[in-house]
Amino acid sequence: MQKELISSHATNVFVGKLGDVLIKAIDKPLGYALNWGRLWSLWPVHIETACCSVEFGAASGPRYDVERFGIIEAFGSLRQCDLVVVQGTITRKMAPRLRMVYDQMPDPKYVIAMGACAITGGLYFDSYNVLPGIDGVIPVDVYVPGCPPRPETLIQGCMLLQEKIKRMKVR
Amino acid sequence: MTTSLPPGIQLEKADDRIMTLNVGPQHPGSGHMRLIIKVDGDYIVSCDPDPGYVHRGEEKMAEYRNYIQNIPHLERPIIHDSCNILYPYCLAVEDLLGLEVPERAKYIRVIASELNRCVYTLYWLAIYGIFLGHSTMFMWPMGDREFCIDLLEAMSGARVTHAYFVPGGVRNDVPANFEERCLRQIDYFEKRLKQYEDIFYQNPVLKQRTEGTGVLSRMDAIRLGTTGSVLRSAGVDFDVRKKEPYDVYDNLDFQTQVLKEGDSYARSRVPYLDMLESCRIIKDALKKMPKSGSVRTKLKPNPKGGNEEAYRRVESGRGSLGMYIVSDGKPEPYRVKISVGSFRNLICMPYLLKGEKLGNMPAVYWSLNYWPVEADR
Amino acid sequence: MSSEKIINEKSSETVETKLEVAKKETIPVVEPKFEKSLAEKVVTKFGTKATIGFIKPNRIRINAKKENILDVATFIRDELNFDHAESVTGVDYPQSKEIEVVYHLGSYTEPQLAKQVLTLATRVPREDIPNPGNDSTRMPSLRDIFYSVEFHERECFEMLGVYFEGHPDNRRLLLPEDWADIPPFRKDFSIKGR
Repeated sequence: MQKELISSHATNVFVGKLGDVLIKAIDKPLGYALNWGRLWSLWPVHIETACCSVEFGAASGPRYDVERFGIIEAFGSLRQCDLVVVQGTITRKMAPRLRMVYDQMPDPKYVIAMGACAITGGLYFDSYNVLPGIDGVIPVDVYVPGCPPRPETLIQGCMLLQEKIKRMKVR
Repeated sequence: MTTSLPPGIQLEKADDRIMTLNVGPQHPGSGHMRLIIKVDGDYIVSCDPDPGYVHRGEEKMAEYRNYIQNIPHLERPIIHDSCNILYPYCLAVEDLLGLEVPERAKYIRVIASELNRCVYTLYWLAIYGIFLGHSTMFMWPMGDREFCIDLLEAMSGARVTHAYFVPGGVRNDVPANFEERCLRQIDYFEKRLKQYEDIFYQNPVLKQRTEGTGVLSRMDAIRLGTTGSVLRSAGVDFDVRKKEPYDVYDNLDFQTQVLKEGDSYARSRVPYLDMLESCRIIKDALKKMPKSGSVRTKLKPNPKGGNEEAYRRVESGRGSLGMYIVSDGKPEPYRVKISVGSFRNLICMPYLLKGEKLGNMPAVYWSLNYWPVEADR
Repeated sequence: MSSEKIINEKSSETVETKLEVAKKETIPVVEPKFEKSLAEKVVTKFGTKATIGFIKPNRIRINAKKENILDVATFIRDELNFDHAESVTGVDYPQSKEIEVVYHLGSYTEPQLAKQVLTLATRVPREDIPNPGNDSTRMPSLRDIFYSVEFHERECFEMLGVYFEGHPDNRRLLLPEDWADIPPFRKDFSIKGR
């Protein structure tokens, strides 16, 4: 008789419904907490590609302090970084290396294309050694225009990326 | 004897002591270039520089644009010292077209050129601090450099890549009250620079890491054809501003800074002493500048040169920067060749790094005042 | 008839005034003495093998054939005391089927020569379909005379296809490793869209 009461199908349905309720209760706050941790500690890889690296360096300086957003340029290995800021022109020689750097980073990872050269090739659109934008090499999250973009523009780009991360689903 | 190695490190042959390392384009101790280094234990056996990661073909692109259209892209090899790379271009084009530059424009050019030298040298010192692990040496120059960038922004409208020099003068006049503002700001800037002496150059850690490493003798510096601060730290007194004065440098009062030791410490000190001289030059130029006058000679549309060539050179932050322009009567130049200080100093890298310890590599390599984007053009 | 005469007189007047103006403008250019003496030394030693391109204030140009370039360069280094090369350029002239290799030489040791830049130029034959390293576009390298041209000659090789005999390392420097096209600074290589 007890066997008939506790049938396997009913148990499955009960466990499934309990699981749904638990996930709905925890998913949102857990997702919010994980995203909060990710967006306030974006660590960029130390890869200087071309001239926009000067304005990225100025953004890390005392006047346009980007460290208050958690964006510390971690000068260790790239296995602990989660942001690639492609600073400037990518040439045909540099493109395979950029792809290797992107592949070696652990998930989740984000890409900011900084400067007109990284978006469409910029001023060097007709040169023989320049890629017309990095969209064909790595997937880009935020485009920051300018030649070079002012440090305030770069900070606005980082804040846009933070808005995007807030909306992301965790899992 | 087969040992399992972590991926990415190769031995020349099994049992061989020599290991090949890539100090590659992504490395906390390198810029936008690669050094292929062979090490034996801790000592570098050979070094093979591999530039070209930012080679954008500036010289080829210059053949398809006319003299004025060439200005924006020719200043990008070194964006924070952009006035100094446009300077020889403007001087050479003025030779080809036979233009006269007004007096006030010459003084403004000198002031902008010296401010750019300070901006470049402070960025270079900041990155030197990162390579040596001295983070104050990153923050202080980055902050002090903003004073000069403010002045350049007031003159030209942009923080970097000013596109301010045109053949015939400068693009526009400085704003009103610029002279007093510049004097006040340069006074404060000079006071801040004098504090660098104690914190950076008398710092025992910095001295230990850089003194005695990468010694370049005087004969070698001449034979290898080095230029700029690398040459002047090895005891050769050569500064294009003194030896072949252009614009109004023969009218201004400054001295060439020369040190004799030729090691990395001297190479890191000469640009700092040059910056103090730059402050003197700016103050002197502000006093002697004519109070009013035109700042630009108007060009006719589509200016053409004859069948001639011109070679002019200028002292930039990295050394003597030369521009060789061949014209054949068309509005576009036939050939433009940029001879940059960084490319000429590149030959020192395999020469000096042989026999050094691997830990000394960043100290020696960055002290050669090498900006990879400029060397690749 | 009378109107034709008047027109003829007028046009002849304007032609005469034009000739006078042209004569006034062709003032003979005085060649600077010190530079002239340097150029004369080279020409007296080598006769027809080295010719003067131009003599301007602080700039002299000497043209030499590629067979004699080593001797001329050794003379310039030993007798005139120029000790380093500022840059090495190649200029492509497809109409005359030649590539011109230009060396700019300067001096650090001699104080009188601090302002002078001597341009040493030579011409190398050019082929329509280049095969860098294996065709007739070659010249002797000046690396043993001026050590500072090492990386400049490598760049000239990869950008224009001029092979330097005697240079220990004619390898690619700036271009990507898999570059399979003709040397980019030649005039038949056009960048996209132009």
